[in-house]
Amino acid sequence: MGDIDHGPRILVEFSFFGLCDVKISQTVLSSFLVMIFLIILSAVLGKGLKKRPTKRQVLVEKAVSMLDNLVRDTMGAHNRVFVPYIGALFCSSVFGSLISLLGVFRSATADLSTTITWALITSVLVWANNIKRNGILGWLKGFTEPVAPMTPMNIISEVAQPVSMAFRHFGNIAGGSVLTSLIYAALAAGSHAVLSWIPNKVISAIPIFQIGIPAVLSIYFDLFAGVLQAFVFCMLTMVYVGAACPPPEESKAEKTE
Amino acid sequence: MEALTRGLIALGAGLCMGLGAIGPAIGEGNAVGKALEGMARQPEVTSTLRTNMLLGCAVTESTGIYSLVIALLLLFVF
Repeated sequence: MGDIDHGPRILVEFSFFGLCDVKISQTVLSSFLVMIFLIILSAVLGKGLKKRPTKRQVLVEKAVSMLDNLVRDTMGAHNRVFVPYIGALFCSSVFGSLISLLGVFRSATADLSTTITWALITSVLVWANNIKRNGILGWLKGFTEPVAPMTPMNIISEVAQPVSMAFRHFGNIAGGSVLTSLIYAALAAGSHAVLSWIPNKVISAIPIFQIGIPAVLSIYFDLFAGVLQAFVFCMLTMVYVGAACPPPEESKAEKTE
Repeated sequence: MEALTRGLIALGAGLCMGLGAIGPAIGEGNAVGKALEGMARQPEVTSTLRTNMLLGCAVTESTGIYSLVIALLLLFVF
């Protein structure tokens, strides 16, 4: 069990001007690479926009309008202010998971720190909007509804929202990478068992079964799971925040009267 | 004592993942079955049904993923 995935390795450790120790782990490296890639991608795709769109501009406009329609259908037309955040979250999640296809990098989302940060942002959005609507005391009183003995259950379910979102995303991606490394080890053992009758020491050590089979599995574990989990995370964020920001009907009714 | 600890850890991890895999599988089978029924009744909403079915399956899968995380924690950390 020596070379099994044990969590993100610390790559570089240095002291920041003597104030504190800075540790750069694989997750930090992957996150920075994803950020740089997304900045360059948006700069390249967003420059030179014309009224008569080129082919590339048509594709980009289609993607943006799909995102806009998705947010409008899920959260309501009054919540279009969240479209950039949902787009950034989806792109960070998808490219953070897919960067492991490049071989040497570890997915940024295979670290609980990344996913719990995003889940806490969602929860803070929900709580802040609840407090803005009802005030702090109103929000705290909301935990005692419908009856006072339900308070611990309400608190637990409120804490369970971000925890479950974070663990779902982390477990799918990190579990996939652990399973892939276990399968690599099993295939190496299997090919050693099959090839050990060859007297040549070099040839019998080639892990021949490691060619091809992990690539087929990575279609499910990396591609499908990465994109699906990013989509699920964004859908849950939209549903929770959309429920905390209802349409402002009452103030409009008062103004027209 | 070391062997007993390792043995109990392995037993715990196996039971955790094994029992935790039952629930989500049954639930997702039901969800996909209902989605297929809907698609057979009304083929024009197939893509909507497929999207919502995948969404529901991913959320239902989450308790199975919790069991996987606990099993991996037991095996590789303890």
